[in-house]
Amino acid sequence: MTASTKIFIRDVFKSFGTKKGDVHVLDGVNLDVREGEFLAIVGPSGCGKSTLLNCMAAFEHITRGSIQIDGVEVDEPTKKRVFVFQETGIFPWMSVWDNIGFGVDEPDFEKKHEHVMKYIHLVGLEGFEKSFPAELSGGMKQRVEFARALAVDPDVLYLDEPFGALDAFTRLEMRREIVRIWRETKKTVILVTHDVEEALELADRVAVMTRRPATIHSVIDNPMSRPRDCDTDDFRDRKHAIFKILGVERRV
Amino acid sequence: MNDVRIKIAMQSGTTAGIAVAKNLEAAGRADKSAWPAKLGWSLAGWTIFVLAWHLVTLHNKISDIPTPMQTWAALAEILEQGVLWKNVVASVFRVAWGFAIAALVGIPLGILMGWYPLSRKLLNPVVQGLRPISPIAWLPIAVTLFGGSDWLIDASDKSAIFLIFLSSFFPIVTATTAAVATIERKFLRSAANFGVTGLDLFRRVILPAAMPQILTGLRLALGIAWVVVVAAEMLGVSSGLGFQVNDARNMLRNDWVTAAMVIIALIGLALDYGISSITSATLARRGVDQR
Repeated sequence: MTASTKIFIRDVFKSFGTKKGDVHVLDGVNLDVREGEFLAIVGPSGCGKSTLLNCMAAFEHITRGSIQIDGVEVDEPTKKRVFVFQETGIFPWMSVWDNIGFGVDEPDFEKKHEHVMKYIHLVGLEGFEKSFPAELSGGMKQRVEFARALAVDPDVLYLDEPFGALDAFTRLEMRREIVRIWRETKKTVILVTHDVEEALELADRVAVMTRRPATIHSVIDNPMSRPRDCDTDDFRDRKHAIFKILGVERRV
Repeated sequence: MNDVRIKIAMQSGTTAGIAVAKNLEAAGRADKSAWPAKLGWSLAGWTIFVLAWHLVTLHNKISDIPTPMQTWAALAEILEQGVLWKNVVASVFRVAWGFAIAALVGIPLGILMGWYPLSRKLLNPVVQGLRPISPIAWLPIAVTLFGGSDWLIDASDKSAIFLIFLSSFFPIVTATTAAVATIERKFLRSAANFGVTGLDLFRRVILPAAMPQILTGLRLALGIAWVVVVAAEMLGVSSGLGFQVNDARNMLRNDWVTAAMVIIALIGLALDYGISSITSATLARRGVDQR
């Protein structure tokens, strides 16, 4: 474990007990996540990548092995590491303002308001602070969720296919947005996705996960300058390399 | 469709863009409230109903099934007699008490059963087992339980209130249990992620998450309570709309019976309108459409 290792995952096993017996989801996962990096985990649907992320957030517990963050074994969910849900986890009964302030412990209203407004500006939702989620589009809801996560100033953001429910245009815009936020805030970001292009577009490194019971097959360095052009030979080569690992025939 | 336009307007980033977005949202909501058309359809439906009633009861006497016109005349008569108001108050009083106690007991119990699987396993079979028993079947038990004491409120009222309590309690507890047990996992995980636990978790997440279903349960319960109060008042009490119907029947005045039925319907509608307008404001914000 080097000094810059933020998250240290060793020999992690996870199985679920079902009526038909135990299902092995994670089968000896090893992965190091560096401080401040944007790491993507790609793999086929249902391979267990979301399970791994849930275990890193302590929403679920591993059967065997070790997940350490800053040298401490993961135990309970904490504000230091915030999870962004696949289909937004913001609360439909709260206004945008209340949602973003949900995790903010600040008894003084003026201070809290200032803090919440800062994050409303960060995600570009000025004028919508009194709106309710039902009045917002999918992309705007996702912005609220990012703001809610960032407002507690976490070290780590876990993104579980956060763009999956958005249309193609909004998805592009939100990807740009998350890269901007990541560069501004310097947080460690872990993105789980089944979209290889998305992973390569966003991440510094891409961990490729195999089918269940899953392991990390390899971690691919993706040192491209930003803003990124995804229409280069380099990009395509990496994409094809990942498809090859996943055993996907790329021609239709 | 509207969503996309809101987004585009919003992305323009200007104040004007945001204003456009808000107007579009307002227009989207206004679409639903075509109330003149709605009123027109209900009036048409009622006209057909009354016309059919008129045709099948043509030339009837008041001791047969009364005609709409006889009912209308009887309505004027019972309004003049002055006992109607007293009976309305008696019925509403019983429903209010029974319903309020049912909500006060049913909602906390439902939350308990929804949150703790063990309490659900223990209590739900009992609740579901008692639920199909008609509240009217409880009447002898109610009289035995409460018949002896006129403390605070009249003994006969207590029995009726108990029956109303039973009739509203089961829908409320069942709806609340289901509501709490089915709160989406991501909401609870979000709360845990932001360190919200205990009473705060209950107040800020569990209760509001369960609220739409609880409100639906309350509305259902109030409807049932109003149906049951009239039946309960036909036995053992000397006031209320149920008593009024029975009394009219004993006097062989079926026109007074149908007139009382009209009053029962109107108050039932008013109660439903009242509770649904209390709840729809909460639900509309959340994008839940009522009716």
